[in-house]
This record gives sequence, C-alpha cells and structure tokens, in this order.
Amino acid sequence: MTEAGAAFAPGARVRVRDDWPEERGPCHIRTPHYVRGRTGTVERALGAFPNPEDLAFGRPAPRRRLYHVRFDQRPLWNEGHPRDTVLVEIFEHWLEPLAEGSP
Amino acid sequence: MAAPPRPESVAMLEKLVAALTAKGILTEEEIAERQAITDRASPETGARMVARAWTDPDYRRLLLSDGTAAAEAMGVTMAGAPPLGVLEDTPTRHHLVVCTLCSCYPRAVLGYPPHWYKSAAYRARAVRDPRGVLAEWGTHLPDHVEVRVVDSTADYRWMVLPMRPAGTEGWSEERLAAIVTRDCLIGVALPRAG
Repeated sequence: MTEAGAAFAPGARVRVRDDWPEERGPCHIRTPHYVRGRTGTVERALGAFPNPEDLAFGRPAPRRRLYHVRFDQRPLWNEGHPRDTVLVEIFEHWLEPLAEGSP
Repeated sequence: MAAPPRPESVAMLEKLVAALTAKGILTEEEIAERQAITDRASPETGARMVARAWTDPDYRRLLLSDGTAAAEAMGVTMAGAPPLGVLEDTPTRHHLVVCTLCSCYPRAVLGYPPHWYKSAAYRARAVRDPRGVLAEWGTHLPDHVEVRVVDSTADYRWMVLPMRPAGTEGWSEERLAAIVTRDCLIGVALPRAG
C-alpha cells in the first residue's frame, strides 16, 4: 500500500540521484556515497521527517518523505554474495523513478 | 577507557548549561532526569523485548509494527528518542545493523554503543563484506540465507529480532532474555541455547 502522499510505492524501482553537493560547498547529506547513481527497490515508506540537510545548519527544515530502499550487494561493490542486500533510509528528494525494464 | 575531560571542555559545558537554563530552554532537573534515563538504558532492555516477542505472539506483532510502542510497553521512556524499527530474522534472512555515516544506534533500548560499532573499520566493512565481518564473530550463515545489511542513515534506529534458537523450548522469559546479548541485537552474533 502506498503511504498517503508518498511518491513511491513498495516495489517501485528507483535510482538514487548521482549528485555530489559536497563539491559545491558546506552541506550535511544523509545519502551515503556508495548508493549515489545506483538503482534499488523501495521496500516501504517510513514517514516524513524534517530535512536533515537544513536541520544541520539551523535553517527551517520542511518535512520530507523517507523510504527504506533495498539494493543488491553485488552490483554495489562488484563482489559479495549474490543473495545479499543492503537496506538504506533515503529521503524522497534523492530518488528518481525508474521505468520498468531499465538497467 | 576514556580520557578525563579537559578543564576547558568542562568550563564550556558549564557556560552552555548556564546559558540554556538562563534562557528557560531547560532546567537542571531535566538534565539530571535525562542523564538517569541514558544511564539506565542497557542491552538488557532489548533482550527482554526479544524474549517477550519469542513467547507472546501479540507482543511480537506490536514489536514488528511499532518498535517505539513496544519499548514503551516495557516501561522504556521513548519521549524525544528517534523511532525504533525492529528487523525480523527468518530462516532465510539475517539482518546486520551498521551506521556508515556516523554511529546511529538504538540507545533507548541498547544503551551506549560498543567502541567497535563506531570504528571506521566496522562501518566500512559491514556494508561491503558483511559475511567476512560476521565470520570474525564466529557467525557463519549458509548460502541460502540472505544477509541484509541495514545502514542506519537517517531518522530511525534499528534493532534485530533474532530467531529463537532450538533447545529453548519451555524456557521462561527471564532465561530466554539471558541468551540475547547486545551483539545479537546488532546482528553480529546469534543467540545460543547452550
């Protein structure tokens, strides 16, 4: 079931934005480097929380949707066990929809 | 052992507390109460939650659907604490918790994190080579079991609900809780009956 107002339903294929705000100046990003630009699957919506990217600098922090997104281990590292996965909390503004059948 | 605090750190803390109390943001009593809550928290709380979930199906459902409410049902103060999520191990899935960005940890139910949980080595390796890390704890999982690493990157805090081991049939909750160690609740170890 899609959480009210959530852009992504469980099972949706998503791509994490390949964005590196660290190169543009001071920032506080909760999206780990190793998943940027990578493809995963939404496990479920986790609710909405004040955006940590604003919170860290004492700015007004609008609430953002948070998701549990699942990645296969092997494509992330080019090594590991084929069955293993990584589950990461990622905010909605870091996720892009991925069309069915995309790599 | 932690080094004793530097005098200038203590002086700065005293100034900060004085400023916060002068502004009416918090009181000395609130600080003392929070310190007491923090010091009371220990992995025994998480272990009691697991033991109850092993013996009480209703509590198990609550634990998996709303970890925060399940902690409060055990008398834990969750006000001001991040929401607690609980990860259910199954015969085909094992969870391992890490925080690659810093050291997020479910302190309300596990207390202070162990030093290794905060180390760069654990944080880097758990997410990339989980089976290698588990092997160093003596935890070997068969190939048909998925290892699911949970990187605690944002607002939730995560605790593992391990499987109840064989050989514990008829045990009391208290006896069951005694075999659920901190390392089981992080996912580096498995509870054992003997």
